[in-house]
Amino acid sequence: MPFMPEPDPDPWQLRRLNGPQDFGSVKELATNPIGDRIIGAFFSQGQETVDFHSFVRILAHFRPLDKNRAKRPDSPEPINSRISKLRFAFQLYDQDNDGKISRDELLQVLRTMLEMQVTEEQLESIADRTIQEADLDGDNAISFDEFRKSLEKVNIEHKMSSRFLH
Amino acid sequence: MDDSISCKCNWTSKYLVCLVIFLSGALWSSRDVLSNAAGATTKAPPVNSPAWTQVSPKPQTQPLPVFTINYPRIQVPFEITLWILLASFAKIGFNMYHKITIWIPESCLLISVGLVVGGIMYAVHGMPPAVLTSNVFFLYMLPPIVLDSSYFMPTRPFFENVGTVLWFAVVGTLWNSLGIGVSLYGVCQIEALGLKDINLQENLLFASIISAVDPVAVLAVFEDISINEQLYIVVFGECLFNDAVTVALYNILSFVATMPEVETVDVFLGMARFVVVGLGGLFFGFLFGFAAAFTTRFTAHVREIEPFFVFMFSYLAYLVAELFSLSSIMAIVTCALTMKYYVEENVAQRSCTTIRHVVKMLGTMSETLIFFFLGVATITTDHEWNWGYILFTLLFAFVWRALGVFVLTQIINPFRTIPFNFKDQFGLAYGGLRGAICFALVFLLPQNITCRNLFITATIVVILFTVFIQGISIRPLVECMKVRRTNRKLGTINVEIHKRLMEHTIAGIEDICGQWSHYYWKDKFKKFNDRVLRKILIRDNRAESSIVALYKKLELQNALELLGPAPSDLSAAPSLMDLQTKRNFPASDLRNMHELLSKNMYKIRQRTVEYTKKSALPNDSKVREILIRRHISIRHSFRVGSFPRTGVSKRHRFLSLPPRKNMESRSPPSRPSYTSENLLRAPIIFRHGTWIPVATLDLLILCSSIVLSAAELNNTIKQIIFRSRLFSTLFGFVRSASYTLPPGLASLDNAEGPGLEDKQSWKMTLHPCSGSRGTDLELEPLSATSSVSQLQRFSSRQERPLQNRYHQPERREHELGQQTSREPIAEGLWGQPQRDSWTAHRYSRSRDEHRPGGGNLPPSAPTGWAQEPLIQKGGGSQNHLNRRPHWRPHNPHGPQSPGQVD
Repeated sequence: MPFMPEPDPDPWQLRRLNGPQDFGSVKELATNPIGDRIIGAFFSQGQETVDFHSFVRILAHFRPLDKNRAKRPDSPEPINSRISKLRFAFQLYDQDNDGKISRDELLQVLRTMLEMQVTEEQLESIADRTIQEADLDGDNAISFDEFRKSLEKVNIEHKMSSRFLH
Repeated sequence: MDDSISCKCNWTSKYLVCLVIFLSGALWSSRDVLSNAAGATTKAPPVNSPAWTQVSPKPQTQPLPVFTINYPRIQVPFEITLWILLASFAKIGFNMYHKITIWIPESCLLISVGLVVGGIMYAVHGMPPAVLTSNVFFLYMLPPIVLDSSYFMPTRPFFENVGTVLWFAVVGTLWNSLGIGVSLYGVCQIEALGLKDINLQENLLFASIISAVDPVAVLAVFEDISINEQLYIVVFGECLFNDAVTVALYNILSFVATMPEVETVDVFLGMARFVVVGLGGLFFGFLFGFAAAFTTRFTAHVREIEPFFVFMFSYLAYLVAELFSLSSIMAIVTCALTMKYYVEENVAQRSCTTIRHVVKMLGTMSETLIFFFLGVATITTDHEWNWGYILFTLLFAFVWRALGVFVLTQIINPFRTIPFNFKDQFGLAYGGLRGAICFALVFLLPQNITCRNLFITATIVVILFTVFIQGISIRPLVECMKVRRTNRKLGTINVEIHKRLMEHTIAGIEDICGQWSHYYWKDKFKKFNDRVLRKILIRDNRAESSIVALYKKLELQNALELLGPAPSDLSAAPSLMDLQTKRNFPASDLRNMHELLSKNMYKIRQRTVEYTKKSALPNDSKVREILIRRHISIRHSFRVGSFPRTGVSKRHRFLSLPPRKNMESRSPPSRPSYTSENLLRAPIIFRHGTWIPVATLDLLILCSSIVLSAAELNNTIKQIIFRSRLFSTLFGFVRSASYTLPPGLASLDNAEGPGLEDKQSWKMTLHPCSGSRGTDLELEPLSATSSVSQLQRFSSRQERPLQNRYHQPERREHELGQQTSREPIAEGLWGQPQRDSWTAHRYSRSRDEHRPGGGNLPPSAPTGWAQEPLIQKGGGSQNHLNRRPHWRPHNPHGPQSPGQVD
């Protein structure tokens, strides 16, 4: 069967790698140790493209929190709230979407971030230590609640915000 | 217990009081001679005083004096020394009671002591102290302070907030000067105060003096209660740069103040000059900063003068900027910021420590002296008191500061990722203490200004008011208001990792959006830095020889640390170990982990190259980096904590030598001949992608027993002999390693090795001798078969540190199959925790399949673990983290009967 080129996708759709408009063209991402995961975060499961709407929705996670806006109790959780920022970060770890960061998942992230600079042994003890520190229910994995608790004192609103278009 | 402490304190304080009295007495008694010292300090050296020159031409009229006092000769340095000592003693005194300095800032205490000393001097004699003139201040005392702050400026947060810092420093200072100046001029129009003769220029000049903030005390408080980083760095940076702005402004205005008439052109000229002064300072700063960095490139052979260049070049920057009437503070700040990074890379570790220490020392000393003199000068200068003017000055200084902070924050907030909230603004405004710069500038005022004394009085009042009232009250206020704080104490490891992940995420997201944040500029600068600057300024570190040198140095250092205080620590270890609960990491391990994390995850966009291909050897700079990191981690591991070297304590570490046949067939030229010269170099011979292990001796000391093949044994013994010689020649001590050699090893000089059977392996054990400081080396032969079946060995290929650790399992397995028939060669790496339990496990199984006799071990446990006190893998591997190396006279689980060879 001859190779059939795919029909040109909607110009507003971004694909993972190919094409000058797509994520693969962002050179800096290739050097980002967790670049793949970040790209992966834009694609919902099974999808290979992302449209403008969902692209912006993902980016909206990183809007700085607007404190002045009146909070109505009935309004849904804003997408840039502390909790959704945390969830975004959590999902970067949790690649199999089981709601837990297992030791292996943690090790993978650590390995990419610390690569070649520490020994595997040190990595492992760091991972053990990390899990041990955060793990409250003793299942040797970090659930989202535990993740949130361990970051209680961190200024997530600052760390996970970027000022777009300023 | 309590009594003894207070007793001691009492005693020391009495001692101090005596010293202080003595010193002030000495200073006072020298007053008569000193009264002309004001001129003497800056102008003529006292040696040339007329009295002296008259005496010297006719010595024959007087008999040879048996005892003479020549005070004028030493007067100036003597006096300075005494002042410095006095101030330092005062500082020691109130640092002895820690509780005082928590609640009352040190600057307040110093001023108080100065007030007391000044009071004494005033009561006895009516003269102001002569040592501190404005010239002395600007030429000798200010540079160390500025150098200190700029050298220790936390670079990363500074560049993240550089916009805000400059905004507050430049615009804020201009705002304050203008605001205070104009409103004071308004006040002067009130008839009742009788200040009609102060014109606008003079008011502006005074305002520019008064608007320099110097929050030393505030910074100390902020640091102590770990206030949020943004606020801290803005206050820090502001006080540094607004000194520069103030001085520039002052110079312009003091010129303007003497002009009879000011025209519009002059205003614009003044503005132009302001810009030129700032940029000029910047230029000279860069120039001398790079010059300093470049110079240290060549100081490898003159390590002892290395630190000197830092001081001389920054001082030179300061002086040259001063020469051209440019902003000298700007110059020295830029110079320090520029050179720090490169210089610290170039100089030796020890020089680096020296530099930091001396910078800190000089800075602290100057600061102490200045506050001390401030107290003295308060008493001894002539004052002109005008209630109205002084009170209004106080009021305006405070109001304009608060207004300025508020307005400027409103403007800058939209540009900041985290805007300053109201509490931050309060901290910023209330932290606007006045200090040394104001004090010095006001004394620099030209004599022809009509209200000079009034200005001096007002400035001193403002300084005292802010330092005492605000300085003391800011701590409770900030604590009470709950201004945001950062937890700068050790966070959890979770926090550290997750934060880093978030930073990477933000960097990635910003890349996707094409946002140019500071990450972008950082990246750009880093590229430029790597490509151009580093090549010029940093000594070429890629030369093989320097790796060797570095390696040798580290290796020696390593061994020294091992041989130093180790035994006492190690012998105490077992009992300590028992005390630790299973789930607790020792604090030192935690710190190690933090250090590892914070060091290694720093680089946002840098991904170290992954060496997935066999041919892709790391380039040299990487090698060096890895080497350094290794050594850091090893050095850490040799300390009490056990964290990074879990492997060593868990099972034996073996010396690695590739099988001889392979070695010859693959790379014959690199085969080392074990002459003593090569032994030192042995560690870095690069063969088969393996770093030949060095520190067999170190390993031995750590693990207490290792298993060696005959060849390795030979090598090791030579190492031991050679090193003990080396150590004794270099350092004059050897922990007398009395070893008994097996009969076959008598001829150690035989380069081809002793006539040992190649098939035999040796177990080498090190016993600490009871009673003496020495150690005994014990060798026992192992029969080839028993050693194969019961000892775990690892393939030399598997333990390849610089190549991939996680790849090529197939190839390894293939080779392992070939190896099984060969004589047992145990190996490991020089103390490097380089475990890959997966492969170890794999290997042990694959070998077991080949060797029917060895299959009796549980397949789930790597074989080597059977030798050690067995550690459960289940229940978390944190278990083995608690283990630390310790001396064991015998390996209790060793399968062989100890057949000692004598």
